[in-house]
Amino acid sequence: MTQPGRAPEARPDKAPTAQLLDIRNLTVTYRTGGGPLPAVRGVDLSLAAGQKLGLAGESGCGKSTLAASVLRLLPPGTTTTGEILLGGEDVLTMGWSRLRAVRWAGASIVFQGAMHSLNPVRRIAHQIAEPILLHDKVSETLAHERVAVLLEQVGLAAARASAYPHELSGGQRQRVMIAMALACSPNLIVADEPTTALDVMVQAQILRLIGDLVAAQGISLLMISHDLAVLAQTCDRLAVMYAGRIVEDGPAHQVFTDGRHPYTRALAAAFPRIGDPSSRRAPHGLPGDPPDPTALPTGCAFRPRCPLAIETCAHVDPALSVAGPGRAAACVHVTSVPTGGER
Amino acid sequence: MTERVPVLSAHDLRVSFPARHGHGVAHAVDRVNLDVYPGEIVALVGESGCGKTTLARTLLGLEKPGGGQVLHHGQPVRYTSRGLKAYRRDVQLVLQDPSGSLNPRHTVYEAVAEGLRIHGHTALGDFPDEQAKVADALARAGLRPAERFFLRYPHELSGGQRQRVVIAGALVLDPAILVADEPVASLDASVRGEILKLLLGLRDERGLSALVVTHDLGLAWNIADRVAVMYLGRIVETGPVEKILTAPEHPYTRALLSVLPESGLSEAGGAGPTILTGEAPDPTRIPTGCRFHPRCPVVASGRAAALDIEAACRGRDLPVLDGGGEAQVACHAVGSDAGAPDLRTTPTPRPGAGAAPRRRRR
Ligand SMILES: Nc1ncnc2c1ncn2[C@@H]1O[C@H](COP(=O)(O)OP(=O)(O)O)[C@@H](O)[C@H]1O
Ligand SMILES: Nc1ncnc2c1ncn2[C@@H]1O[C@H](COP(=O)(O)OP(=O)(O)O)[C@@H](O)[C@H]1O
Ligand code: SF4
Ligand code: SF4
Ligand SMILES: [Mg+2]
Ligand SMILES: [Mg+2]
Repeated sequence: MTQPGRAPEARPDKAPTAQLLDIRNLTVTYRTGGGPLPAVRGVDLSLAAGQKLGLAGESGCGKSTLAASVLRLLPPGTTTTGEILLGGEDVLTMGWSRLRAVRWAGASIVFQGAMHSLNPVRRIAHQIAEPILLHDKVSETLAHERVAVLLEQVGLAAARASAYPHELSGGQRQRVMIAMALACSPNLIVADEPTTALDVMVQAQILRLIGDLVAAQGISLLMISHDLAVLAQTCDRLAVMYAGRIVEDGPAHQVFTDGRHPYTRALAAAFPRIGDPSSRRAPHGLPGDPPDPTALPTGCAFRPRCPLAIETCAHVDPALSVAGPGRAAACVHVTSVPTGGER
Repeated sequence: MTERVPVLSAHDLRVSFPARHGHGVAHAVDRVNLDVYPGEIVALVGESGCGKTTLARTLLGLEKPGGGQVLHHGQPVRYTSRGLKAYRRDVQLVLQDPSGSLNPRHTVYEAVAEGLRIHGHTALGDFPDEQAKVADALARAGLRPAERFFLRYPHELSGGQRQRVVIAGALVLDPAILVADEPVASLDASVRGEILKLLLGLRDERGLSALVVTHDLGLAWNIADRVAVMYLGRIVETGPVEKILTAPEHPYTRALLSVLPESGLSEAGGAGPTILTGEAPDPTRIPTGCRFHPRCPVVASGRAAALDIEAACRGRDLPVLDGGGEAQVACHAVGSDAGAPDLRTTPTPRPGAGAAPRRRRR
């Protein structure tokens, strides 16, 4: 399985991990015409086997970059530092052949715009069979039997197997993407905005489908969305990202209903609770925009929009600190010990 | 309310198209009544494909009705070029920018001034010149100081700022009503809240009316006075937001509310989400009886049979709801005498239930 020299035991400097995914001090910097763009600026994040972790934040805060880095799908010229341990192996340093194997069988990804990720001129059954033929090295017959099973699992009629992507609705295409992600029985699925742009009812169908499948097959899920409410409902844990950093991490329900970081609280307040008099005829937003990654403010990156900012925030860039059992937040008002390594 | 005249009304409106695929006729809007009164915000909600955009476009005069009428301040809209020009100044469309409402090669100034130029100097009102008028519209849309935005291009703005430019382009003509089709659908919740605050502020401070088309019921709770729930070309439940969103009676409205992620959190002891199967139903083949019956959980669970209304659900037409303010629902299971049955638990059959199709009012 493991490439020579890449086995975890060959790296005695690193503590072995019990986590399926363990991201350590990750930075991702894009190369752009306007100079380097730091999209991810030191992220520590881990995910246990079978766990569902949500990653929330406004657009531009680095969620998709983080997701892409897990499978090393970043554009050429991008600089990455830190470690991404998947089952103990560092994705960032593994060789190409190992990486290709890991990409479907270790972890797979479901993107937002299924229309752009699917090949428009190939029937969907062929597209789902492709990774199976490539990675599991089985016969065409077996692969197509597996496709039939997958289609059924994602709730698509067998008759749809010969359809082209454009013949399917948005929800059906997202089901095809999920079937492809499941094709090689991965341990981890990364779902980047899997229901954005879908209708409420179709979104509910897809969320239930993903939830049921990962639970039944013991797959870990890293689900990314700008919709905190969706993540709170679907995931066990929730991490909130702002300007390339994780600013809060904890049990999903607690983070959503009782955030410790002012940004988390502002995001959560933006979701109206129907029946709640405090949001009736009173939409809540968050004025301003996330900072330009190439021109971050000094101190805490959230300071220009933060209702609780104090003098210190202009100088101090707070690290994640323990903010209750299983919880962490990065704000000067969270006056606790830094999390260090053992979160 | 009765003596007030709606700014905009759909009266028994019908719009159909030749089917996109194959044969037949798509009855996108199939007998809709809907009134928007001065200073009122009405939310039109429903799954995609149910006819919301077609209804909105028809109300804007962009689509000619196949039947029924669009009334503007109580007068039928005249589909002559002059009649439409005056009408479209008073009834402004707001689309979400990702749908291409802003030309990427036009500056913010040009985008907002465009409407003014179409309508000539009368559109300037009390303002001395175009520039002052444009600056005023931008400021009202929350882009201040306005002059700083004049020469910017859409790609130099954030998503929220672009949406404000789109709204400024509508406001510059001093319309009585905005028809906003999914104005915040793909914006971050934080930005969405800011844009909704703006719409609410325009109503509160200037008495602007709005018809907001959305699949987001939370939006209705945030800003609307009244809500109309559309299914397959027809309004199936309508009334004040507090009533419809906290005590919905139509099984479709109930299902829509039950799948909201927020409601999942407060679910402890609740019935859990009712996830309907299938997607946008086909307007070329509208089911007989209640058009929702093939997906209705009341029918599927056998509760309609227990209520002795299943035959009616499958075969008997329901009355068309009024466009006015009162709460109404088009469903055979909702009886005016017996009160709303608890559709979530197994009901005991009621004598006489389903005797006549009802349009319930309170
Ligand atoms: N290929 C790229 N080249 C340069 N900059 C990029 C690229 N992809 C994303 N970015 C920038 O990186 C930041 C994070 O983007 P992204 O990871 O897509 O955020 P999110 O998914 O949270 O919206 C943004 O400022 C974005 O403009
Ligand atoms: N120009 C058209 N030609 C044919 N069918 C159309 C046309 N416009 C809309 N439809 C059909 O009418 C129905 C309602 O569409 P639409 O009004 O866009 O719904 P919504 O806005 O609620 O998603 C859909 O089935 C759609 O396919
Ligand atoms: S550190 Fe200061 S600016 Fe940053 S979130 Fe906390 S209070 Fe706000
Ligand atoms: S009339 Fe019958 S089918 Fe239609 S919504 Fe009511 S119970 Fe369901
Ligand atoms: Mg993204
Ligand atoms: Mg629409």
